[in-house]
Order: sequence, then C-alpha cells, then structure tokens
Amino acid sequence: MIPAAFDYIRATSAEEALAALTEHGDDAKLMAGGQSLIPLMRYRLVTPGVVVDIGNLDGDLRGISVNGDTVRIGALTRHTELEHSAELEATCPLLNHVASLVGDPAVRHRGTLGGSLAHADPASDLPAAVLALGATLVARGPGGEREIAASDFFTGFLESVLAPDEMLTEVRVPVTADGWNYQKFNRRAQDWAIVGVAVCRGGRGVSLVNMGPTPMRASAVEEAVAGGATAAEAAAHAADETDPPNDLNGDADYRSHLARVLTRRALEAAGFA
Amino acid sequence: MVANAVQIRLSVNGESHDLEVEPRTLLVYALRDDIGLTGTNIGCDSSSCGACTVLVDGRSVKSCTMLAVQAEGAEITTIEGLAATSDGDGLHPMQQAFHEYHGLQCGYCTPGMILASVSLIDEYPDLDESGVREGLEGNLCRCTGYNNIVKAVLQVAGKEA
Repeated sequence: MIPAAFDYIRATSAEEALAALTEHGDDAKLMAGGQSLIPLMRYRLVTPGVVVDIGNLDGDLRGISVNGDTVRIGALTRHTELEHSAELEATCPLLNHVASLVGDPAVRHRGTLGGSLAHADPASDLPAAVLALGATLVARGPGGEREIAASDFFTGFLESVLAPDEMLTEVRVPVTADGWNYQKFNRRAQDWAIVGVAVCRGGRGVSLVNMGPTPMRASAVEEAVAGGATAAEAAAHAADETDPPNDLNGDADYRSHLARVLTRRALEAAGFA
Repeated sequence: MVANAVQIRLSVNGESHDLEVEPRTLLVYALRDDIGLTGTNIGCDSSSCGACTVLVDGRSVKSCTMLAVQAEGAEITTIEGLAATSDGDGLHPMQQAFHEYHGLQCGYCTPGMILASVSLIDEYPDLDESGVREGLEGNLCRCTGYNNIVKAVLQVAGKEA
C-alpha cells in the first residue's frame, strides 16, 4: 500500500518546522521516525498534504540529561537510545524497560519518544510510562514554549492538546530509580498490549494501556493507594471509570479482568504491600 | 514524473544513486524499482513481517516503513551488499551460517531475516536462545522454519545451539 501523494519539507531547524506548520496548518503533519505516521498514511487513514520531516534535527531535541531531580529527554530521542542509555538506567529505568518493549527492534531503531506521545495511541507503551511517572511535556509553538502535565496531554483517540502549529520538544520526568513496574500483556509477537499497567511508587502513579480511548491514569487505584489500601484492595479498582474496547483480542470484561490482575502484580512488584 | 517529485541521493551498498522520486515513495520501492536491487522482498506492506528489512547505518529498519527521502544521508545495506561488509571474499558469516544450518525453507523471509540478525547480535552481543527468538519477533517465516534460523544466529553470536 502506497501513501497518498504529499509535498515533503525537510526541516533543518525547529523554527523552520514550526514555520511550515504555521503556514500549512491542519494540512501538515510532523514526521519524526515515521513508525506510527507512515503506517497510517499507507492505509490512507491519514492523508496530509504536507509532511514536515524533523527526523534529522539534533541538538536539544535529542538526547538524555539529568539535572538534579529531573531527567530531561529530547523529543526526538529514539526508543533504541532510551533502551540502551546507561544514564537513564541509573535515573529512570522504567523508561529503559518500557522502550525495550515497543514494537520490535526495527521499529525501535526509528521510532521516537516524542512521536509516540504525540501519536497518542491508547494502546502504546510509552504514554502510559510518562503518565505513571508524572512527566511534564514541553511543546513549542509560534508563541514560545509551554509545559503540559502528562495527565493533561491526552484528550481523545489519537488526539492530544497539541495545537496544529506546535511540536513536542522535550519530556521531563522525575528521577525514579526504584519502585516501578510495567506489565504488558499480549499474545502475539511485536503486538500492542491487550492491556498494560505502569506503576511508579514514589509519585503514586498508576496508568493503563488500552483501557479506553486515551492513555489514562488509573485514578481510582491511585486514590485507594493514597488512602492506605493494600495492593490487592487498590487493584480491585483498576477498571473503575474506564471504557475498554471490544476487539478481536478481547472484550471489555476480559480487559477489565486483565487490568485488575496486572495492576495487582504491578503494584506488588513496585513495592506496594 | 509527477509534479512534486524530488531529487535525492541514496547511498546503497557503498554506491551513490541519484534518483527522482515522489516523496511518498517507500524506501523498499526505491531499492527495488528505481535501483534494481530486488533482493529486498515485499511481504506484508504493513510493518509486520520484516521481509523488507535492510540496514540503515548498520541497524535493522523495515524499508516499507521508511520513505526513500528519509534515507538520504544514511548508508543503506541490502542483502546484495552484505557480504562486502565482512572480511574475506565469501559470504557474510550470517549468510554462511544460514547456509550451513539450513536456516531457510522457501527463502522469502531470508534476506530480511539475515539483515535483522546481523543488526540483532551487534546490538545485543550477549543473547541466548530466547533472546534471539524475541529479538527476531519482527521477522516472520511462514514456513515456520525458526529452529534452524535461531541455530544459525546463535552460531554467529558464538553460542552454538
């Protein structure tokens, strides 16, 4: 399958990319690694008139650095770089681990953290990780930069608060060396999670993959944990206020059951009693 | 050629190719149709099967999930150029191992499987059998000839099965 025709702009700076987005508005799509966008374009689920390629941009947009209690990750950092980063392993190993579970090695060699977040797929791994970590996402637009809490970022199926003329530039996560876990349940190689659960003990963050139209926090579980519930008691609320899909991999009841079981396992593995 | 075609220069197997392509041209079609390197196979066209795997700067990439224009500036290695990347005049060690262990049946997945394996053991030098199986999850063999493929990869990794 071949994508519909489009015009191609290879941006040589973030400013140039933003100018192209400002000029073309909704008709333009940013492409970083293309591992989510190109499949959508091949199926013609997305038919942008203009593709703005930011995949070769460098500098602050790529790489990992630690400043005190905060780990700063450039939006164009590839999954393979997250997976193998010793600096990240020492400061936020949840992200190493989750990145190592995305797709397959070939996808991880091209896909980027910012691209995965901006794609806002409820079935993706990394959005759940940044939700559980309580990350801050940094977006740049014509009016400058703004910071967005990860919990405010995802608004609908494949939709986020990013405006058509904004791009993600950076992800900031608190140093979280221990007390974390990610459970990914699937049945086929390289597949998305049927259900996934990320837990970060320090910030009492719990998030769910594929339990609704967006990547979501398990708010009822978080509240139960904060109220002193045991892991088993809190996990019983994992499917509260969710809207899991029915599809070939499982119906909503099955997903709700998985969410409760996986949440208990994730809470216990992260050190909750 | 269509109105919005662009001029690109691709470096494939050490040779430079000047091409005129539509931006929507997937790398695998540029390799096969414009450059004539048909060793890279098209399987599923949906990022699932890995038959179209090539090396981009030494790392496995599904060439149906990369635009030809994105590959400008990178060094592409296809199955035709793999042997030349190794010492000696014969096959690349991974090709030789697939030959010796009969790591193929119909052969359709083989170019992608070999290139994915070369990338895999370079990226993860300490793999055991289960690591090889998981590491090749993005490459499907519909003959289901995985056992000999895994044996071949383990042999090259220095961990004979």
